[in-house]
Amino acid sequence: MADLSVNIAGVRFKNPVVTASGTFGFGREFSQVYDLSKLGGIACKGITLKPRDGNPPPRIAETPSGILNSVGLQNPGVDWFVKHEVPWLKKYDTVIIANVAGNEIADYCEVVERLNESQVDMIELNISCPNVKQGGVAFGTSAKAAGEITKAVRNVCKKPLAVKLSPNVANIGDIAAAVESEGADAVSLINTITGMRIDINTRRPILTNNTGGLSGPAVFPIAVRMVYEVSRRVTIPVIGMGGIATWQDAVEIMLAGACLVQVGTANFTDPYAPLKIIEGIEQYLDQNVISSVTEIVGKVQIYE
Amino acid sequence: MGITTNICTVLENSQIASGIYNLTVKTHQSADAKPGQFVNIYCEGKTLRRPISICEIDKNLQTLRFVYQVKGEGTKWLSRVQAGQSLDILGPLGHGFNVSKARKVVFVGGGIGAPPLLETAKQCNFIPDAILGFKSKDFAILIDDFKKYCENVQVSTDDGSLGYHGLVTELLKERLQSDCDLVCACGPKPMLKAVAKIAEERGVECQVSLEERMGCGLGACLVCVCKVKSGEGGFRYAQVCRYGPVINSKEVVW
Ligand SMILES: Cc1cc2nc3c(=O)[nH]c(=O)nc-3n(C[C@H](O)[C@H](O)[C@H](O)COP(=O)(O)OP(=O)(O)OC[C@H]3O[C@@H](n4cnc5c(N)ncnc54)[C@H](O)[C@@H]3O)c2cc1C
Ligand SMILES: Cc1cc2nc3c(=O)[nH]c(=O)nc-3n(C[C@H](O)[C@H](O)[C@H](O)COP(=O)(O)O)c2cc1C
Ligand code: FES
Repeated sequence: MADLSVNIAGVRFKNPVVTASGTFGFGREFSQVYDLSKLGGIACKGITLKPRDGNPPPRIAETPSGILNSVGLQNPGVDWFVKHEVPWLKKYDTVIIANVAGNEIADYCEVVERLNESQVDMIELNISCPNVKQGGVAFGTSAKAAGEITKAVRNVCKKPLAVKLSPNVANIGDIAAAVESEGADAVSLINTITGMRIDINTRRPILTNNTGGLSGPAVFPIAVRMVYEVSRRVTIPVIGMGGIATWQDAVEIMLAGACLVQVGTANFTDPYAPLKIIEGIEQYLDQNVISSVTEIVGKVQIYE
Repeated sequence: MGITTNICTVLENSQIASGIYNLTVKTHQSADAKPGQFVNIYCEGKTLRRPISICEIDKNLQTLRFVYQVKGEGTKWLSRVQAGQSLDILGPLGHGFNVSKARKVVFVGGGIGAPPLLETAKQCNFIPDAILGFKSKDFAILIDDFKKYCENVQVSTDDGSLGYHGLVTELLKERLQSDCDLVCACGPKPMLKAVAKIAEERGVECQVSLEERMGCGLGACLVCVCKVKSGEGGFRYAQVCRYGPVINSKEVVW
């Protein structure tokens, strides 16, 4: 039996499959469907300093092989998260990743300080949310801004720190390099790609926010390419996501350079998708006589 | 068992009115299903499952019945599934109608909103009434089914091709002159809003079944929200898939 465990910045994941932020809440709802201890980890819904209402519905539109969403970071705020969600999640034997968002650098720092005292295992800094008016993706679209916010948060953060990158940029490698040099322990990518759908009869956008973030199988090839590019630019671990729906997708993005994968939209198509992916990776490793999942990371044999 | 996905066998999938199909599946999920709940059906090639209300539950035969209208690609695919084939169903989901305390329930169904009311009608402690509205005779569904479980079934059509020529709300106004302590409604949002207003004016409790575009169907992703009243004059966004789909009309911010 192959060893599925992965270590990132001193955090041990029993397997390389984590559920992606925003698609899995704080785990409560999916815990009615299966035992959360089977997961490598859970990236919780993005949290902010104060509770947020989010955007008016409709917040989702289907697209060929994917979806657009415009939730806009609806969340109960960091204090609620620390008091009610983290202790509940702690019942399960899985890594808890807190996903942090905000309008200003000071907000991010304040949220992270409150999380320092909690039992979360890792922090994922969301500088890539396309669905909020202020902040969010603005920090993720220039290497300078991404570096600045990473530096400020690193100064106060006592937990392992991953920075979640936006694909809505010209050169994602530059941004990854900037956050690495300011002390990030890992990078995770990709967040959603900004998109839009219009109802041709009403001439209205389907989403009340007009635009939304594209995710699901449609973005998978972009995610693979970006993971590949970033893993060549940085030495810190890369957490790969974007359209992963099957174990084959997970193996593919790991070959491109991801140490860990996150599964998001696929939870909507099939709530058991993460479990099927874990099983599939294990069988792939056993069939190919590979003793540890870490051995396939970055092993794509590119054409020179 | 709670919420599960199940690959179930289709027993029947046939057209019962213009573009409207009757689907019966064999599934153990019937054991936990309650009236007014829904399921999420996987449609081949689609990223999102399609939410469809439970129309009838048979715990002995372990079957669930659904009635759905072909709208776009997902339901079109569904309509081509044959008896004997299998379907991947997630459920049962959400909170349905609560009729346990009511003496006289009046059901108000608009078009494809009628199905979730049928199982609810079956489970009333006292024989209820129903008012069903349709665009025209060609789209009329479930009238005979409701007659099995209801005392009075009134039908209206927009074009007068069947029953009363007009809106269900006009029939409801008249009906509420006499005994009724709960209105349960499902249909297009403008109809629900009008029904809720009439019921509230008469001081009758009203439960409405809402629709919103969904992702997970479980309450985790927060895409399916509706505005519900919260605090003084305030609101919050609640998940239709988990807090609803059935909500007391007084909570809804229309
Ligand atoms: C709780 C609930 C119960 C429902 N029960 C029934 C039922 O018993 N019978 C029935 O015929 N219909 C029902 N609907 C509506 C049904 O879900 C839609 O008609 C169906 O999803 C359309 O899918 P499509 O692929 O044919 O259409 P498309 O327009 O191609 O669908 C595109 C996307 O929009 C979503 N969508 C489109 N219309 C609706 C809608 N009205 N509500 C929610 N999502 C929508 C689809 O799910 C899909 O994700 C219910 C909806 C909800 C929310
Ligand atoms: C409904 C929804 C909500 C999301 N919310 C967040 C969020 O709060 N924070 C975040 O960093 N990413 C969020 N994301 C992005 C996902 O975590 C993930 O990066 C993206 O969807 C790509 O992966 P996927 O194709 O597997 O879904 C959200 C995605 C969806 C679909
Ligand atoms: S569909 Fe995910 S919360 Fe309702």
